[in-house]
Amino acid sequence: MENKSKPQVRMLPSEHYAKLDAYIDSFHIDPHDDRRKDVLIQVLHKAQDIFGYLPEELQVYIAGRFSISPAEVSGVVSFYNLFTTTPRGKVRINVCMGTACYVNGAEKVLEAFERKLGIKSGEVTEDGKFSIESLRCLGACGLAPVVTINDKVYGQVQVEKIESILEHYLTETGNEETSDGKN
Amino acid sequence: MERINSYPALTETFKKFEPLLDSRVHTGIREGVKRMILVCGGTGCHASDSEHLLANFSALIAEKGLEDIVAVSNTGCFGFCAKGPIVKVFPDDVFYVQVKPEDAVDIINLHIIANQVVEHLLYEEPVSKQKIKTLHEIPFYRNQKRIALRNCGMINPEKIEEYIASGGYLALGRALTEMTPEAVIEEMKRSGLRGRGGAGFSTGKKWEFGRSYPSDEKFVICNADEGDPGAFMDRSILEGDSHSILEGMALAGYAIGAHQGYIYVRAEYPLAVKRLENAIQQARSYGLLGRNILGTEFHFDVDIRLGAGAFVCGEETALINSIQGERGEPHTKPPFPAQSGLWGKPTVVNNVETLANVPIILLKGADWFNSIGTGTSKGTKVFALAGQINNVGLVEVPMGTTLREIIYDTGGGIKGGLEFKAAQTGGPSGGCIPSQYLDTPIDYESLNAIGSMMGSGGLIVMSEKDCMVNIAKFYLEFIVDESCGRCVPCRIGTKRLHEILTAITEGRSTDADLVELDELANVIKDTALCGLGQSAPNPVLSTIKYFSDEYRAHIQEKHCPSGVCKSLVQYEILVEKCIGCTACANNCPVGCISGVVKKPHSIDQSRCIRCGVCYSKCKFKAIVKH
Repeated sequence: MENKSKPQVRMLPSEHYAKLDAYIDSFHIDPHDDRRKDVLIQVLHKAQDIFGYLPEELQVYIAGRFSISPAEVSGVVSFYNLFTTTPRGKVRINVCMGTACYVNGAEKVLEAFERKLGIKSGEVTEDGKFSIESLRCLGACGLAPVVTINDKVYGQVQVEKIESILEHYLTETGNEETSDGKN
Repeated sequence: MERINSYPALTETFKKFEPLLDSRVHTGIREGVKRMILVCGGTGCHASDSEHLLANFSALIAEKGLEDIVAVSNTGCFGFCAKGPIVKVFPDDVFYVQVKPEDAVDIINLHIIANQVVEHLLYEEPVSKQKIKTLHEIPFYRNQKRIALRNCGMINPEKIEEYIASGGYLALGRALTEMTPEAVIEEMKRSGLRGRGGAGFSTGKKWEFGRSYPSDEKFVICNADEGDPGAFMDRSILEGDSHSILEGMALAGYAIGAHQGYIYVRAEYPLAVKRLENAIQQARSYGLLGRNILGTEFHFDVDIRLGAGAFVCGEETALINSIQGERGEPHTKPPFPAQSGLWGKPTVVNNVETLANVPIILLKGADWFNSIGTGTSKGTKVFALAGQINNVGLVEVPMGTTLREIIYDTGGGIKGGLEFKAAQTGGPSGGCIPSQYLDTPIDYESLNAIGSMMGSGGLIVMSEKDCMVNIAKFYLEFIVDESCGRCVPCRIGTKRLHEILTAITEGRSTDADLVELDELANVIKDTALCGLGQSAPNPVLSTIKYFSDEYRAHIQEKHCPSGVCKSLVQYEILVEKCIGCTACANNCPVGCISGVVKKPHSIDQSRCIRCGVCYSKCKFKAIVKH
C-alpha cells in the first residue's frame, strides 16, 4: 500500500538526510513496538531544523523510518502550527500576537512589517530572503510587543523602529550565501 | 558527582551544601562573607542581554583578581520583568534594575571594591522619586508571598547543589523512607492544594484516583504546555527552579506507583527545555532519578517531550495523544487519565506550578500550607501581570488577595495614569472582569462566580484605550486558529462567533447580531467536546455582560468608543492647530497626507489605511481620531 503513489526520488540534499539518519538511529526504533511513535514529533522538529521545512518527500521518508503510513506523518505535520511544508525565508520574522503584545500594539507592528516587505503574514518574499509569521506568546510579556528575527528577540518594538531593525538584515543577507543547500 | 545512597546521606549532603546559600539567606554585610552577584537569566532578561552582562562580570572579576571576595551567578526570574535585566548583590541585599552589559564596571568598581551602592541603577519609586535599595522595600514585592517561586531569583537553576542547599529533595527523601504512598496522598489532600492549571481539582484526590487503579504500569505527566497567551509563570518556574518540578514528579510517582514521568513542554520555550535537560542529567547522576532512588526500592525517571505549537494540547487528553505521537485531539471524559491515560495506563497529569508546590508542602507540612489562603483555595497563586500596567511581571500572592491590591499595590497601577477598564483572567477560556469587581478576593470560586476563571494565571490589564469588542474578537481569532476541529460546536461555532464580531467591529451589524452572538455562545458552551471548546465563548459572554454599551455603540452608532476598531475610526487634521511641520506626511506609509511646508496639511480619507502613525508622530495634537 504505502508509498506507491510517488516514486522515491530524493531531491533534497543527501548530507541533510545523513544528519537526520544519525538522529533517528539514536532512538533504535523497533518497527514492532506499538509505542514507537512517541518520538515522532521530536524527529519532525529535528528534520525541520535540518531541512528548514517538511516537504512531502521528507514526510514519506520519515514515515518509512518509523514503519508507519505517510498519511499518519502528514496528519501530525498538518496539525501542529510549528511545522511547515513550505520553505521559510532566510530571515524569519515572528511577531508575537499574545495578549500582552496585542494590547500593546502588536497588530500595528505586524502590519508595518507586511507593508515594508510587501508580503502578508505566512508568506515569503520572492527572493526567499524574508518571511513573516505571527506566533502565540513567547512568554516575554514584560517586553511587549515582542518580535523575534531568527533567534534574536527584540522587545518593545514600535512601528517607528521597524525600519532600523530591518536595515540590519537587508544589508547583512545581501552578502551571505544561501545555506539551505537547495539545488 | 557521587550518588547519594540513603536519606541520611542526603541530609549530610544538604548540610555540606547549605553554606553555599549562606550569604543569600542571611543578609546583612559582615566581615569575611564573600559577596555574590546574581544576574537574572529568565527569558525576559535574557532577551535584554543579561548573558552579555554575566560575561562582563566574569571577565572583570578575573581581570581584577577578585575571585576571593566575589562570585557571579545566573539565577531564575525575579518576576520584575518590566525592569530587567535585574542584578542582586548579596549579602548586602541590594537590588539593581535595568542593568546594561556596560554597567558591570560600575557595580564591580563602586559596589564590590569601594563598598558604595550604585545609585543610578537602583529602582526609583515612580511617585516619590525615591531610590530604593532592597527588594523588600519595593512596592512590587511588598504583598507577595513566594512559595512556588521560592527559588527563582535565589538559586542558580543550573546547579543541583544549590537546589539541595535550599532543602531540595529532602521531601522526597523523607517520603521514600518514612511515609507510605497513602500517607503522602493524605498529606496532599489535607494541604488543600488544587490544580494550578486552571480547573482547580484537588491534587491529593487526583493522586488517590491514580493510585486506586491497579496496573502494571502508570505514568506521571507534567503539563508544561503553557499555551495561554500572556501567561509565563510556568516558563519561569521551569527555567528558574527545574529541580522542584522533578522532585514534585518523583513524589507524585511514589504516591501513585509510577516509575516513569514525562514533561510535555512547549517548543517555544527553548531555555526551559535546556535547563530541564540539564537538571534531569544532574538528578540522575546523584541517584535522585533512575533506579533505586536514595537506596530505596523506588525507581523513577523523567523524559522530556516537546510540543509543536498547539494550544489544545494543554488539555490533558489532547496532551496525552501528542506524547503518543498523534494529532493532539482531545477525547471525551470519562475515562479520565487517572484511569486510562498514556498508552491506556493510569496517568496523573499535573501542572508545573502545582508540582512546584508539592515538595515544600511535604517539607513544611499540610498545616503550614492550608493556613495560607481562603476557605476553599489554599496557598498562593502566581499571576503573570501584563498589558496596560506599570509593573509588568510575575507576582505570587496569597489566595484571597483582591484584584485591586494586585493591580494597584503590586502592579503600580495603569500605564500612563489611564483609567482601568477590565482585567482579563484565564486567557482565551476566561473572562473580562470590570471595575465594580476589583475588590473581589481572588480564589477559584469567586472568579467563576463573576464569569471568569482562575485559569493558569494570566492577568491582562486593560485600560480605557482598549476596546472590549475588539478584545473578544482577538480571543475568538485565537480560538478559531487553535480549534482542533474535532467537534462541530467549536470548529464551526467559534468561526461564526468570530464572523459576527468582525462584522460588529467593521460597522456591518444590527441588533439581531447581538442576540445571535449570545445564543450561539451559550450553545457552544453547552455542547463542545472538551474544556477548551466549552470555555471558548467566555470572552464573548463576559464582555457582552459587562460592556454591552460598547457593543451597542459599535452596532447602533457605528462608533468605537476607544478608537481601536479601524473601520470605525477616522483621522483628521485640525487646520487651526497644524503648523505644517510635515512630520505626518513624511511618516505616512501610504503617502496620503498632502500639504505645503508651514501650511495646514490634509488627509486623503479614500487612501488612508488608518495605521495611526501620523497620530503618534504629531507633536502639536493637531491630528484627532474619531
